[in-house]
Amino acid sequence: MLIAPLLLFVVVTFIVPILSMLFRSVENDIVPDTIPGVVTELAEWDGSAGLPPSEQVFRYLYLDLFKASEAKQHTRLGTRLNYEKTGLSSLLRTTGRSLDDVGEEWQDPLEDIDANFKDGAFWYQMMSGTDGEDLLEERRDLWAAMVGESMAGDVGFVPSEQVAQMLPWTTRAYTDFAIWTAIEDEDSVAEEDPWEAVYGALGMDLTNPETVTAIQSYTGPGADALKAAAANVGQLPQTGFREAFAAENEDWLSPDVWATIKLYSSSMTSGYFLNAVDMQLTPDGIEQKPENQQIYTQLFMRTLVMALIITASCVVLGYPVAWLLANLPMRTASILMILVLLPFWTSLLVRTSAWKVLLQQQGVINEILVWLGFVNDADRLILMNNATGTIIAMTHILLPFMILPLYSVMKTIQPSYLRAAKSLGATNWTAFWRVYFPQSVPGIGAGSILVFILAIGYYITPEIVGGTSGVFISNRIAYHISSSLNWGLAAALGSILLVVVLGLYWCYDKIVGIDNVKLGG
Amino acid sequence: MQLIKTLSATALLVAASGTAYADDMASNMTLVSWGGAYQASQVAAYAEPYKAMHPDVTITWDESSNEAVAKLRAMNEANNVTWDLVDVVAADALRLCDEGLAMEIDANELLAPAPDGTSAEDDFGDLLVSDCYIPQIVYSTTVGFRTDMVPEGTAAPTDICALFDTKTYPGMRSLEKRPINNMEWALLCDGVAKDEVYDVLGTPEGQQQALDKLATIKDDVIWWSAGADTPQLLADGEVFMGSTYNGRLFSAIVEQDQPIGMLWDAQVFDLDGWIIPAGLPEDRLARVKDFVRFATDTQRLADQSKYISYGPARASSAPLVGKHATLGIDMAPHMPTDPANSKNTFLYNYEFWADYRDDIDAKFQAWLAQ
Repeated sequence: MLIAPLLLFVVVTFIVPILSMLFRSVENDIVPDTIPGVVTELAEWDGSAGLPPSEQVFRYLYLDLFKASEAKQHTRLGTRLNYEKTGLSSLLRTTGRSLDDVGEEWQDPLEDIDANFKDGAFWYQMMSGTDGEDLLEERRDLWAAMVGESMAGDVGFVPSEQVAQMLPWTTRAYTDFAIWTAIEDEDSVAEEDPWEAVYGALGMDLTNPETVTAIQSYTGPGADALKAAAANVGQLPQTGFREAFAAENEDWLSPDVWATIKLYSSSMTSGYFLNAVDMQLTPDGIEQKPENQQIYTQLFMRTLVMALIITASCVVLGYPVAWLLANLPMRTASILMILVLLPFWTSLLVRTSAWKVLLQQQGVINEILVWLGFVNDADRLILMNNATGTIIAMTHILLPFMILPLYSVMKTIQPSYLRAAKSLGATNWTAFWRVYFPQSVPGIGAGSILVFILAIGYYITPEIVGGTSGVFISNRIAYHISSSLNWGLAAALGSILLVVVLGLYWCYDKIVGIDNVKLGG
Repeated sequence: MQLIKTLSATALLVAASGTAYADDMASNMTLVSWGGAYQASQVAAYAEPYKAMHPDVTITWDESSNEAVAKLRAMNEANNVTWDLVDVVAADALRLCDEGLAMEIDANELLAPAPDGTSAEDDFGDLLVSDCYIPQIVYSTTVGFRTDMVPEGTAAPTDICALFDTKTYPGMRSLEKRPINNMEWALLCDGVAKDEVYDVLGTPEGQQQALDKLATIKDDVIWWSAGADTPQLLADGEVFMGSTYNGRLFSAIVEQDQPIGMLWDAQVFDLDGWIIPAGLPEDRLARVKDFVRFATDTQRLADQSKYISYGPARASSAPLVGKHATLGIDMAPHMPTDPANSKNTFLYNYEFWADYRDDIDAKFQAWLAQ
């Protein structure tokens, strides 16, 4: 009960954001939310025939994309799909710009056939009616899913069920237009001219012979204009939307493009995780990526190995220092302690930059070695911009995390045990190895866990002194978070790292036993 | 009597416009830029004159431009955009626009025309690379070299391909740790014609060709990730030549008097400019629009070049470029756009990299890690 406030705080500020970030590694709502009609229709398309999908898919594509470009969502979809197939970003961006022109191919002849089609109020009258509430709510939900807002409010328009039966495409397009106009633009639907997409949709309806027949017996508002349009269908473009898209960019006919969209059309995806282990999703199943694009498994392995090396060198360097600290007289020990803590309190960036000055080829260490004659001027040691640099700098930076737990454990070891061992005839080494060392193991355990876990997620030091062969997986995670903006992949890499660390922790518990770890007394 | 009437009417008008003005526009602005000398030039050329005209406005600067895209996305998701105007490079502007995080603008409506009446759209010309972008300066990524490390008896390098010629010019190189620019230079020096570079780079074979060319100097390269790295490496004598932004080299050469020479050959032009975050409240938007109109007019853009050697993005600003504010030297010869420097330039293709960035970057990073 007493820890409830802290628990709540941790949950709200720490666990929830982390979980929601990790959730991005599988989330893929943007595709089904942005082009829902296409996703549904595409389920029946079989890509193995090597043909582009049917006209029906392109019709949905046109209306979905038109909506998306009004809401400026089509480019987000492009960014998402470009992670999987190069070129989709610009395909969607440029197509988004030309959607108005496509609609005008239908709008212009329709307006020539009957001038009433130019009039927003006429359209409003024709499309309005009764019993269309369900349709309105259905379209509102689709909008809400796409833009991520509720889109609640009075639209001031109810579609006519009778017209919806006769002109299904047109009614859907007009209802979408009405919701957007009323809720987002906050304009009156009756006073606004409909989107170009509405004319395109009317063109889709007029290709259906049943619609043309139904229009003959229709007597409601706008009947004359519709009859005129139905009688003059020949003046409308005879090509379909597939041709219209192909004319804008012939990539729309590429089965590869459609296979990618189909592959990533579900609201959850394993794509990011596969990417994070150098695999990829293809229409034929999961495959290894081509060799020249494999990087992450190698980085994971390198991160683990280097973190282990750093931990080991911290133990080797830290153990004697801790022993000295624990056994010197109080006054000397506290001076030594300050020397240990001083770098601990200095900014990480400052220490790393200082290492840069020391390690570079014209740097302090090389200069001294050349001056002393140990190293030839022509072949100075390469100590940074590689794995060596990362190991040296990180060992130094993480050393206090090893020394402090070691020191506090050694402080509790009674010196009398060592004396007892020696008085019983043990050599110095045996006394240390058989009596002292086993008692200090909990300190080594605690220090190693601290150093290892800190090292595995380190970012700044490898970035500055690591060059290319000394960088860690965290550098790639940072790149995807702040630079490439592929947060899904970053989240997948982060999740894997988290699981690996937890797994190693579990192994450690099994082998050494977590009870055997002490941070102090 | 007449005079008093006029006076009081004027006073009333002023008072009325004053209050209307106070209601319409927010009195503070948060501008985001890169820090350092570049931000200082913006403060001196734009912000201080603006504050002199509007003493009640407070301007806060945030030095977050290099992570602006990620931060803006996070702000947008949290529905709390605290920035009013953000300085980004063109490629980032394109992505922010794609993501719907930057506001689309109408250049002619938002920006001031040139003094001779040329519309803003014509004055900026091709540099309006995105519907959301208001360019300020043209900078270039170019190569600097240590003049004192050129081997004796050899002429100083004048050709970009000296980068790949470690026989004639031994020594380390420093290149940016990303494919952009390096891949283009590699292809140029591997015999690909300038206008075919992006066609070649769009194919897997072309990408491999560029990486193979880079592989010839892979062991001689230190890869940098911050703009300050190359000038530092040059100053320390760690590298013989390296790529960086021309303004950084300018300050190393002219302001710090380092023995560094500049290779303008095949410099890659890029842009830096403003975007307005999408979804600002009206009062803040009105203030930002007012500021941007002022800060990107012909005189202000020309003024900025007094402080830093980047070329103004407006054609009409070019003749107004003068002398350095403190050193008193002519700035024109240090501009990437100066005719003597821009004999052979390379124009960065934004659309290409928007598409190919993820793909080529994966290959480039895998290649680096090998």
